[in-house]
Amino acid sequence: MSFLPLADVEMNNETQPFWDALRNNTLLLPRCTSCTSVVWYPRAHCPVCFSTELKWEEMSGRGTVYSYSIVAKGNGRWKESGPYVVAYVELAEGPRILTNIVGVAPSEVHINMPVTAVFDTGDDARVLLRFTSVSTS
Amino acid sequence: MSIHGKAFIAGAYEHPLRTIPNKTVQQVHGEVAAGALADAGLSFSDVDAYFCAGDAPGFGALSMAEYLGLQLTHIDNTETGGSSYLLHVQHAAEAIAAGHCHVALITLAGLPRSSGTGIGGAGRFGSAPEVPFENFFGLSIVAGYAMAARRHMYEFGTTSAQLAEIKVAAASHAQHNPNAFLQNMVTVEEVLQSKMVADPLHMLDCCVVTDGGGALVVVSPEVARKLSRQSVPILGTGFAVKHVNNGRIDLTHTGAVVSGPRAFAEAGLAPSDIRYASIYDSFTITVLTTLEDLGFCEKGKGGEFVSNGGLQAPFGKLPFNTDGGGLCNNHPSNRGGITKVIEAVRQLRNEAHPAVQVPNCQFALAHGTGGNLATRMGSATLILGQEV
Repeated sequence: MSFLPLADVEMNNETQPFWDALRNNTLLLPRCTSCTSVVWYPRAHCPVCFSTELKWEEMSGRGTVYSYSIVAKGNGRWKESGPYVVAYVELAEGPRILTNIVGVAPSEVHINMPVTAVFDTGDDARVLLRFTSVSTS
Repeated sequence: MSIHGKAFIAGAYEHPLRTIPNKTVQQVHGEVAAGALADAGLSFSDVDAYFCAGDAPGFGALSMAEYLGLQLTHIDNTETGGSSYLLHVQHAAEAIAAGHCHVALITLAGLPRSSGTGIGGAGRFGSAPEVPFENFFGLSIVAGYAMAARRHMYEFGTTSAQLAEIKVAAASHAQHNPNAFLQNMVTVEEVLQSKMVADPLHMLDCCVVTDGGGALVVVSPEVARKLSRQSVPILGTGFAVKHVNNGRIDLTHTGAVVSGPRAFAEAGLAPSDIRYASIYDSFTITVLTTLEDLGFCEKGKGGEFVSNGGLQAPFGKLPFNTDGGGLCNNHPSNRGGITKVIEAVRQLRNEAHPAVQVPNCQFALAHGTGGNLATRMGSATLILGQEV
């Protein structure tokens, strides 16, 4: 989908379902069965009510841009990727999450822009959760 | 228990160099430690407490205590990024008030310029739980602050020209500091025309990358009384952690919303009592939001507050960072905390450069912001006074 670098993410048992779901084009997050909070980032307990009774739940993948920056030149493996867009997307389910906006000219991105999840896959089957404009998806 | 008036800053020293080739980090820690102790009229053998943060090599205070040859009853490795050293002052005051020590040494040193690491060399955070969910999107440090600036602009109508005013004020102070990394005056237009790094932040919205360091000596009232050097009473301290909060982060407030009122309450003072403020200035937006959050102006009105020379010494509404701050003078080890305290001490001792010395500077504030406005930060506020 995009030409931005993918992640060498270190996975672990605590967050494995999140990464497995991304490979199946699904956004899965834990929801607390006690206080109903959607938990971001994924973890083994609810940081709102401290319950450990969480259930993985599929999210809509829809959201809006809360804020963003157009990075002219990145660091490290991102050195040649600019200009690219780093953003906080507010998911319809509540959490604001760090991501990239792809598939749309950086100059078109604006706060409150409706976006939807894209599952960016690399050759090595690593997947990152990014977002694109609803109108271009 | 309040620390109000129970501890004093007796020594303060800023390394004069901004590029230090051919020295080790521990060596620079040692040099600034010696400088601050000499400033106080004390020696290494008087030190019974030592404080350092993540810039110190090895096992932190344990390694450094041995390297420096200190014999200690108290140590503290508290790490909150660039604000660590203000929190160290608070912790030193608490430890002194509790009777655990009498002479506390705080040091910071780093060589990001000579080592070529620049900013963001945060490899040791690799195992942090947030890393897989944040660090793979090309989020440079500047980009995080840029997102905070973008949101502030959206909510409050703040402009890039208003942010540039902060850099202009810092540069107007730095021109009087012969040690400052950047000593040239700049205009709002020059800031706006400088290279865009992470929209909407330009190159000149960003702090400098410098080698160097600084040190402070915090002492008990009994020790302070015996010293001939003018020491600075610690009147109020406040600290707050602001984090992503289960993904419900807001980008327009800093932890200063909490740390500021705590410090003012302990000092028994209000923002209108403050004659000089050292405000953490990793980026221009850091200053703008912090000024609002500390109560120097209404939330969202920071842009107006900093305009028309509002921050310029000696006669602006609130003279700030009269050494030139991190934006122009020094941001040693990519951490601006200790230099904020050092310049506040200079102002209270009436030892700032005459061109920027605030007249009758009875009360000063120093504020540190460690971490990132876009994720998690440790916010530390100190209110300092004059010895009576």
